[in-house]
Amino acid sequence: MSVAYDEPEVGELLAPVPSENYLNCSHGFWSWAATVDHKRISIMYLVSVLSAFLLGGILALMIRMELWTPGRTIMDHDTYNHTFTLHGAVMTFLFIIPSIPAALGNFLLPVMIGAKDVAFPRMNLGSYYLWLGGALFLLAAIVLGGLDTGWTFYTPYSTTTNSSVITASMGVFILGFSSIFTGLNFIVTMHTMRPPWMTWFKLPLFLWAIYATSIIQVLATPVLGITLMLLIAERALGIGIFDPKLGGDPVLFQHFFWFYSHPAVYIMILPAMGVISELIAVFSRKPIFGYRFIAYSSLAIALLGFLVWGHHMFTSGQSRISAIVFSALTFTVSIPSAIKVFNWLATMYRGSILLVTPMCYALSFIFLFTIGGLTGLFLGALAVDVHLHDTYFVVAHFHYVMMGGTLVAFLGGLFYWWPKMTGRMYSETWGRIGCLGVFVAFNLTFFPQFIMGSRGMPRRYYNYPPQFQFYHQMSTVGSFLLGLSLCVVAGVLIHSLLRGRKAPANPWGAATLEWQTSSPPPLYNFDTDPVEVDPYDLESQVFDPLLGGYRLREFPARNHPDHDLASEPARV
Amino acid sequence: MTHTPVHPAPAAQPDQHGHAEEHHHSPFLAHHFESSEQQFDSGKLGMWLFLVTEIMFFSGLFCAYAVYRSSHPEIFIYAHKFLDTNLGAINTVVLLVSSLTMALAVRAAQMSQRKALIINLILTLICAGGFLGIKYVEYSHKWHAGLLWAGQFHPDFSHLEGAHQEHGEPASAESSHGHTESSHDTTDPSAPRNAGIFFSIYFCLTGLHGIHILAGMGAIIWILVRSIRGDFSADYYGPVDFVGLYWHLVDLVWIYLFPLLYLIH
Ligand code: HEM
Ligand SMILES: [Cu+2]
Repeated sequence: MSVAYDEPEVGELLAPVPSENYLNCSHGFWSWAATVDHKRISIMYLVSVLSAFLLGGILALMIRMELWTPGRTIMDHDTYNHTFTLHGAVMTFLFIIPSIPAALGNFLLPVMIGAKDVAFPRMNLGSYYLWLGGALFLLAAIVLGGLDTGWTFYTPYSTTTNSSVITASMGVFILGFSSIFTGLNFIVTMHTMRPPWMTWFKLPLFLWAIYATSIIQVLATPVLGITLMLLIAERALGIGIFDPKLGGDPVLFQHFFWFYSHPAVYIMILPAMGVISELIAVFSRKPIFGYRFIAYSSLAIALLGFLVWGHHMFTSGQSRISAIVFSALTFTVSIPSAIKVFNWLATMYRGSILLVTPMCYALSFIFLFTIGGLTGLFLGALAVDVHLHDTYFVVAHFHYVMMGGTLVAFLGGLFYWWPKMTGRMYSETWGRIGCLGVFVAFNLTFFPQFIMGSRGMPRRYYNYPPQFQFYHQMSTVGSFLLGLSLCVVAGVLIHSLLRGRKAPANPWGAATLEWQTSSPPPLYNFDTDPVEVDPYDLESQVFDPLLGGYRLREFPARNHPDHDLASEPARV
Repeated sequence: MTHTPVHPAPAAQPDQHGHAEEHHHSPFLAHHFESSEQQFDSGKLGMWLFLVTEIMFFSGLFCAYAVYRSSHPEIFIYAHKFLDTNLGAINTVVLLVSSLTMALAVRAAQMSQRKALIINLILTLICAGGFLGIKYVEYSHKWHAGLLWAGQFHPDFSHLEGAHQEHGEPASAESSHGHTESSHDTTDPSAPRNAGIFFSIYFCLTGLHGIHILAGMGAIIWILVRSIRGDFSADYYGPVDFVGLYWHLVDLVWIYLFPLLYLIH
């Protein structure tokens, strides 16, 4: 069974005649910059969000470097404030929020439902350019005076600091619209572009997750937009809505901000959960357990996520009643998350688990997300949070869910769909080594932060008492190892692009539609009408040595998207 | 939209480029849709979702309104008197009429009546322009009277007679009625603290609404150009319909703004 996966030697076998696909069907700068093909747009997003990740990562290493010793190590306190703010803003708004939906979702959604494109291809391209515009504003803010408010822009500091809050807010405002239009496009695509036989319960779970995410994007992001507009008006004109001197209320800003930003953490994690649902099922070689539970729990998370924003404000002076209500609601949100975790575990139970690179990431995700989610419950408990609020415990919590969760799932998804997107396989051995490195280094970086935080180390300080130095240094060492591991990951992917073996249409034996067309897919995704599939009927796929990959059991080989490969000698 | 019908029918034998023989499709059918109905349904759902985002966008401001109105009702009761109810009411009627002409325009498009479509769109534009004109009169009056957002709130009561007479409220009216040019008493003893916050909210809400009117006028002009070109017919009128939906939402927001800002008791 596992023969298909253990093939580390890359580079010798290239297809003799490359068939026409979305990558080679047209050439030149404008064939990319002005494309409306969702697959090319997704590649542009992929390159862009990864560049943002690189920038955010460099800022992160600078933060960790500074924290090597108490007091000044490489920068002064003011620069430190700018650095962590930009790290947070770049990672949240430029990387994590668009990462899975815009880069992977954009590629997969139409292919998974057998459509030629998303419902509004030009709007899709527009979203990308909005992202680019927003990114330019954020970068401009770095050049024009920086930003030192924290990614949360809390008033009254954000209305009085002389860093470039207005430019940065404009950037985030524009990025918000990019995100809204992506979500809107996806919802419409899922409603109107499915083939008649594909009912909602025949959708891959990844799409349910993307759908739930899109709902949040459409409903929550406009509130962030208006909040930032008010912040800009407050700074530029002095409208006083957040200014107590003029009769306003700075806590109102926090309510507005978290009304968006708590749902936004589910914009970050839901698509990751969708990726994991696919990976777990395919690499346990079993139909997913509890399909409907996983599907509905995505919607439940999306809706409940709107009701808990107050848990970020337990110490802000909100009323005791609202604190209690928000705390109770916070506990209810963890139920659908737990439902997913248990269903994944049940799927793996007695499955024949293949520890290929994407699956290694999926297992890392389950482990890390569970820690992140459980520590969220500590923070949601009122009395405990008074102690833990604004400490490194919170920092560790959200890095476990955002980096250990979303980033790890993003990498898992990237490795899983990489053959489809690029038409190339990668080195399985090095892929796994990269994953192991990320997993170990991640824990070394962030686990000590739980300990520091619970002992009172506050977040966002560049100085600290000497007893925390040991933990800070552990964390800094971890972070550099993490950077190194991510370089290995990048190396594996770049090597695959340059020297990778040509990918078969279906290297994993997955039953979802995207694997039933060639790798990479043709311009309009399918050369023949997409076949009817049940997304988790893995039995329907058989390994065909002639193709070097899987094909539908009752599908004659000459109709297979790879049939030009079949004349080649078997390569497995 | 690509204006070339390159869409292969599901049953057609597809060739390498995904093209197929031409059908009698509308020239406005985009390449990735199977049928005009699918395209229309997608556009309509997309527009409704966009309206949802618009509602959420405004709801932040409505929420700010609710918070301050419930915590400082006295500010709202005092400050709304400086708004001109007559102008507000006229503008409400103007927008309602524009919604009617917009609805008639959609109907004209559905029935392939090009001339009626063009006339109704022009009437809608005229109403929208009228609305903005009246809004301009109101804004400039407030500008001169110093009735601006909290940071710039320096009311000068020598400019305020019109508004005061209209409401005839005793307390504030007395202090300003006898004013002459020479008197520049700019403090109103009956004013509650922080009355400027009302105008902050007023300007944010009506300003944002005004921007939406402008955007709507842009969209209507686009539709108008296309109608003159003869793009729309009973087979293809989606864009008119969608712009119409947007216009009704902008109208609806004003229907809420008018009582919330002008008619406070
Ligand atoms: C299992 C459910 C979760 C619960 C119960 C939970 C609970 C909490 C609570 C109570 C806080 C506030 C702590 C404080 O400031 O004192 C918090 C902070 C945070 N959480 Fe979670 N969380 C959960 C999942 C997630 C997920 C999935 C993400 C993102 C992918 C996330 C991202 C964050 C972030 C970014 C912050 C800090 C925001 C800041 O102040 O900068 N959380 N969480
Ligand atoms: Cu939260």
